[in-house]
Amino acid sequence: MTAPLLQVDDLHVRFPIAGGGLLGGRRTLYAVNGISFDLAKGECLSIVGESGCGKSTTALSILGLQEATEGSIRYRGQPFSGAGGPGRMQRARAVQMVFQDPYASLNPRQTVRTSLSAPLRLHGIKSASEISDRIEAMLADVGLTPEQADRYPHEFSGGQRQRIGIARALILEPEIVVLDEPVSALDVSIRAQIINLLLDLQEKRGLSYLMISHDLSVVEHMSDRVLVMFAGQVVEEGGWRQIFETPAHPYTRRLIAAIPDPDVALRRSERSERSADLPMLDGRAFVADGSVAPDVFVRPAPSELVEFAPGHKVRLAAAH
Amino acid sequence: MTAPLLDVRGLKVAARLGDRAHPILKEVSFQIMPGEAYGLVGESGSGKSVTSLAVMGLLKKPLRVAGGEILFKGQDLLQLSKREMRRLRGNRVAMIFQEPMTALNPLSTVGRQIAEMFVLHQGKGWDEAQRLAVDALASVRVPNPDRRARNFPHQMSGGLRQRVMIAMALACNPDLLIADEPTTALDVTVQAEVLRLIKELCAERGTAVLFISHDLGVIASTCQRVGVMYSGCLVEENETQALFGDPRHEYTRGLLGALPRLGSRSQHGRQRLVDIDSIISDRSKLTETRFIAPRAAEGGQP
Ligand SMILES: Nc1ncnc2c1ncn2[C@@H]1O[C@H](COP(=O)(O)OP(=O)(O)OP(=O)(O)O)[C@@H](O)[C@H]1O
Ligand SMILES: Nc1ncnc2c1ncn2[C@@H]1O[C@H](COP(=O)(O)OP(=O)(O)OP(=O)(O)O)[C@@H](O)[C@H]1O
Ligand SMILES: [Mg+2]
Ligand SMILES: [Mg+2]
Repeated sequence: MTAPLLQVDDLHVRFPIAGGGLLGGRRTLYAVNGISFDLAKGECLSIVGESGCGKSTTALSILGLQEATEGSIRYRGQPFSGAGGPGRMQRARAVQMVFQDPYASLNPRQTVRTSLSAPLRLHGIKSASEISDRIEAMLADVGLTPEQADRYPHEFSGGQRQRIGIARALILEPEIVVLDEPVSALDVSIRAQIINLLLDLQEKRGLSYLMISHDLSVVEHMSDRVLVMFAGQVVEEGGWRQIFETPAHPYTRRLIAAIPDPDVALRRSERSERSADLPMLDGRAFVADGSVAPDVFVRPAPSELVEFAPGHKVRLAAAH
Repeated sequence: MTAPLLDVRGLKVAARLGDRAHPILKEVSFQIMPGEAYGLVGESGSGKSVTSLAVMGLLKKPLRVAGGEILFKGQDLLQLSKREMRRLRGNRVAMIFQEPMTALNPLSTVGRQIAEMFVLHQGKGWDEAQRLAVDALASVRVPNPDRRARNFPHQMSGGLRQRVMIAMALACNPDLLIADEPTTALDVTVQAEVLRLIKELCAERGTAVLFISHDLGVIASTCQRVGVMYSGCLVEENETQALFGDPRHEYTRGLLGALPRLGSRSQHGRQRLVDIDSIISDRSKLTETRFIAPRAAEGGQP
């Protein structure tokens, strides 16, 4: 069996925070508390969970933008974090990122051509004609015209800017693309166009996506597998069908039940009340159902992620 | 037939830039009945917020009303003086916004800010007003209302702040609550709680709601009637059930098809989302047709 493209093993990220209050001192913020997952070639793995649960911190660790406190990340079996990790250039060819707000992520003083050619030059492509060919092919792939290459970001609509953001992420032909809320700043109709584009590109180029989204209908539509995070931990992991058809953890069920969906609101479709059968769990308690906000300054109690059906895992309090 | 609470007739708003006036709202008309929850949906820039600001009398330069009437309980709000409008706001008509921080005073406790509503609009003394403020916090289900009344806005989570906004808005039992994207900045589970709160409190008190959102799911789960805005026009309006079940306008159809639906992949496999530009031949013609369904006659006969 070939190793997965990306392996994250027991990732922890803690932030030292200057303590407030009378005593001063330092406190530790437990942002990510033991996340493990594999990402396969061509797969879309989504991370869902509420604000502050550690989604972006996990993604930033993979991008090398956030140092891991503990744990390891491997890419094609090789260390991808820490001292033995790759240099910036190597990393850039492996993983890239598409941001939520395309406007903030583009330099307003650079034309599209300039912002797309810089990474190519940096990676040793000197020939002007090759650069321009690659830029034009890239723009065509994301649905823009060659003429638009010489325009500035403010001359584009929100949807077009997100296309530019995608082009910039893909210009070095990375294998993995991190999508952090890629469509949440966009209008419904434009959102649909970008979702279609992302799925087309994934198929055409065999891309692996690590997507972060709070919109569960988008997650269901796009993902192969889903990680549900709460308080820096994965509380449930499974294939998209397992998560959406037979969610096991109460927190996952709460998240799904909270989605305002027109069909459900108008009782034209029923939300499945079915939950996964958990015979092997044997009366063990779930960790946190999400009804109480977590305290990020407290180390989470011991617990384990238990696989109860092939590929379907749920977090339970440690066995006594 | 009951008279509408709010009757917006042929409302035109223009933006004056230099010596030219650009039309922003093009003859928007809709009615909200007493106690009814009415939703406005539409893409960014379609005119939802401008519509609500016009109703509140809060349009700022360069925007101004260029025609039409806004009748509230039969009285044209456009004819009221600034002072009369101020009295109406917060009292008979209240508003909640997407970002409560911009509407709350960071330097004053939330209890004091709610109490102020009772002092200003109902002439209560401070002591009684403070007590009413704690009750108001309890009514929006803020835990420990006594203690929370002494919090400053920054000491609260986004969901709690939005509850404070709702408590302030409903303090004087308004007839109409305008909610402009009140839950867009919140996590889904918090959003669900805040939506349920608005729905239940307004139903209890018979408060009508003008609910603005770009999220079709939010509108479907809160409103009885929906208007779809596009480029400053109300292009379709119907009962919520009918609008979602049988959209008539091609823009509405495109919008609904573009939405990933929960459970659809399980049932039908992954379907390509509708690209609105591929079904709409000419966007400039979209506002030429409008489908406004008549209200069902009183008594519920279809
Ligand atoms: N550089 C930092 N210094 C201190 N704390 C941080 C830092 N970055 C993140 N945190 C904290 O770590 C926790 C996880 O943050 P993270 O940004 O990963 O959440 P998220 O799941 O991406 O949330 P959102 O949905 O709001 O983007 C939060 O409590 C956050 O405040
Ligand atoms: N102060 C202003 N000056 C000029 N034009 C304005 C002003 N405010 C709004 N507009 C224009 O009026 C139109 C309607 O804006 P409005 O804010 O009502 O949109 P919206 O439907 O609320 O959008 P969103 O979903 O982004 O909030 C837009 O085209 C906008 O550019
Ligand atoms: Mg984040
Ligand atoms: Mg608006």
